[in-house]
Amino acid sequence: MKKEYVMGNGAIALGAMVAGVSVVAGYPGTPSSEIIETIAKYNNGDIHLEWSINEKAAMEVAATAAYTGARTMVTMKQVGLNVASDPLMSLAYVGVKGGMVVVSADDPGPISSQTEQDTRLFGSFCKIPVFDPSTPEEAFQMIQDAFDYSEKYKTPVLFRPTTRVCHGYASIEVADSFETKKHDDFEKDSSKWVIFPRLSFANHAMIEKRNPQIGADFSNYKYNSVRGNGKKAVFAGGISYAYAMEYLKDKDDVKVCKIGTPFPFPEDFALKALEGVEEVLCFEELHPFIEEELLKLAGKHHLNIKIRGKHTGDVALSGENSSESAREVIGSFLGLPDSCEQIDLSDLPKLPVRPPVLCAGCPHRASFYAVKEAMKGKKAIFCGDIGCYTLGNAMPLDMVDTCLCMGAGITMAQGFNWTHDDCTSFAFVGDSTFFASGMTGVANALYNEADMILCVLDNSTTAMTGHQPHPGTGRNMMGDVVDKISIQSVLEGMGVKKIETVDPLEFEKAVSVVKECAEMKGVKVIIFKSPCIAIVKSDKKMTISDKCINCKKCIREIGCPALITVDGQVTIDSSLCTGCGLCSHICPVNAIGGECNE
Amino acid sequence: MNKDILVCGVGGQGTVLASKLIASSAMDNGEVVHSAETIGMAQRGGSVTSHIRIGNEVYSPLIPKGHADMIIAFEPAEAVRNLSYLKKGGIVIVNKQPVKPVTESLQDTGYDGVEMIEYLQKKCECIVVDAKAICEPLGSSKFFNVAILGVAVGSGKLGISKEWMVKQIETRVNAKFVEKNMQAFEAGIALKGDF
Ligand SMILES: Cc1ncc(C[n+]2csc(CCOP(=O)(O)OP(=O)(O)O)c2C)c(N)n1
Ligand code: SF4
Ligand code: SF4
Repeated sequence: MKKEYVMGNGAIALGAMVAGVSVVAGYPGTPSSEIIETIAKYNNGDIHLEWSINEKAAMEVAATAAYTGARTMVTMKQVGLNVASDPLMSLAYVGVKGGMVVVSADDPGPISSQTEQDTRLFGSFCKIPVFDPSTPEEAFQMIQDAFDYSEKYKTPVLFRPTTRVCHGYASIEVADSFETKKHDDFEKDSSKWVIFPRLSFANHAMIEKRNPQIGADFSNYKYNSVRGNGKKAVFAGGISYAYAMEYLKDKDDVKVCKIGTPFPFPEDFALKALEGVEEVLCFEELHPFIEEELLKLAGKHHLNIKIRGKHTGDVALSGENSSESAREVIGSFLGLPDSCEQIDLSDLPKLPVRPPVLCAGCPHRASFYAVKEAMKGKKAIFCGDIGCYTLGNAMPLDMVDTCLCMGAGITMAQGFNWTHDDCTSFAFVGDSTFFASGMTGVANALYNEADMILCVLDNSTTAMTGHQPHPGTGRNMMGDVVDKISIQSVLEGMGVKKIETVDPLEFEKAVSVVKECAEMKGVKVIIFKSPCIAIVKSDKKMTISDKCINCKKCIREIGCPALITVDGQVTIDSSLCTGCGLCSHICPVNAIGGECNE
Repeated sequence: MNKDILVCGVGGQGTVLASKLIASSAMDNGEVVHSAETIGMAQRGGSVTSHIRIGNEVYSPLIPKGHADMIIAFEPAEAVRNLSYLKKGGIVIVNKQPVKPVTESLQDTGYDGVEMIEYLQKKCECIVVDAKAICEPLGSSKFFNVAILGVAVGSGKLGISKEWMVKQIETRVNAKFVEKNMQAFEAGIALKGDF
């Protein structure tokens, strides 16, 4: 045994390895990505580990592996579960043989997500158990239990940490080596593994009968716990329990109830905890899930208990909780004076804002600017997508008019095509997003005869989520070098007639390709190919000569963070510049030169 | 020991390494440590904050506001941004060199850090470090984060001894840079009482 200081995501990974997981699949997404990355670090090759092309693929790979009795895990961020919901919903009816844990990380805030959805609701929607850890240490233990329960009840289970658990660090005792759990050959039985209305009907009834049993089982589960006494109780789950305890650690005259398994709700446990209680405060993030379960319970058992929380306006309905909100909300629930002494900061000076921007030398900047330059004075709509390139929306580029969810840009550009006759519809998609959910959109455009220009921003990585490999990179998570899937060949295969591949840093050429495509009818694709500067380091630099007339056009046009002013004079910050050369094409007097990447 | 230490700066300044060194020093001496990093969407140039919590009775991964014993800030505005975490009577160790926001050239804010330092000095006990000057003899300002750690250790208020930290630098830092880091650390320690 040795002690490892790991992130919550690392604790989840190690816990799964202790449980003998042998197939792990996922798709990157903050705050979940480090789970698979940690397993890659410890894997001796016994575990099949993959970045699948999207969450649906991951779910399906893990499902059949679990049909054999193998223990399997799927990882994703919460919006990934929307993509994987189709297989999960049906899988909930069919069930599994080996333990299968679906990790879906929620992101209250949201800190780096499109939505503030609550995975616990997916649990009750699919009618499968949900585990909700409140610390990294607990996550390490709980995921092992999750595999056991999954196997015991032959159902996939959800495991939903939130950002603060995923990204918090703690010490974990881990074994020096791990062993995967043995499994059998797949036992063919079409009455069991082939979903048909008859099977769904039978299994639905079975699930409705089973879930109260799981709830009863959970009532004795160690991570549903009570401490303290009194007529008032605070119910909390996940990280909110940690915030509540931070405030209540020295107070014994209030009950603090932790709900580690919000679904199926541990009713017996809750009823017991509520004995002698007159008033309850539910302190949780996102959906008032525990609160609604308690309201149901109170209704069912005619309990004369006042239940407070989000529905009563005591707890915020959106955003993150914190130690501060715990102090405020629980303090007022208990009628305690606000005791925290803080430095008076009412006269805080105005702080510089540090908004996220594309890196200096990011090839996406050049691609956006080439399209902008080519379409100057013409009517065009730019449908963006999800990735680093969403930052193309910022001034001065201002090149993202819409962004919805992964892969949507390609199909959204088609919608505009049917409502605007006089306007060119553009879609921008990253290479990882293209493989995840972009290809179907191209087929849709071809089949339905859309006029559009698709710009694939191929930077040879999944940059936004931490530079994971994907099918276009030729590397996978088993450490193998594999054939790269060529985006160009995929498009050719679908029948796209006009495909141009161009390096956006060859600026003039890039602009002329866009202009040419804008003159044509049908589906045109431009593959802007240039690697992310975070994976291919450049030691090239550009410099500004004394020819510079200080017009600041370079700064105004592209907003590269390496272009700065020092004492009013335009300068290139050599510690940031990658020599991409984009600015040199903008300077009206050719003052920018040097060793350039072109 | 019960201590809450917040380390903050701007992406690329070595905030994460500094907090790892503090956390592992405490851990190697038998303390229970938790930490959490908050990194925004920015690839570079965004605010980075690291919360280190030492002690048994810790629940929240982030330090509650008004609880930090010490803030170690690699940038003046970042110190002010996180000042609400400092407890009354806590101490701030701050590097005086400002990092302008990357959008500064597009939108001139005239930010130079001076107002921030004055504000800190008005509000709390504060050690202002000229990390650039400390690192000048080393020929590189790359190791300024460790120099500031040196100041923090030297202040005697971090609760971590010089020996503990030296051991961490020797084992956790890339071997190529250990010597330079040690020099930066010593230079920071040497400032003791010299503020
Ligand atoms: C359904 C779904 N899964 C995962 C994510 C997380 N995510 C955000 S951006 C991104 C991929 C970005 O990669 P790419 O398209 O190559 O663009 P880049 O960041 O490299 O510019 C992912 C997986 C998400 N937002 N939605
Ligand atoms: S060459 Fe110009 S645009 Fe490219 S990184 Fe350097 S300063 Fe920025
Ligand atoms: S990480 Fe790569 S893709 Fe993302 S902004 Fe930086 S250079 Fe561009």
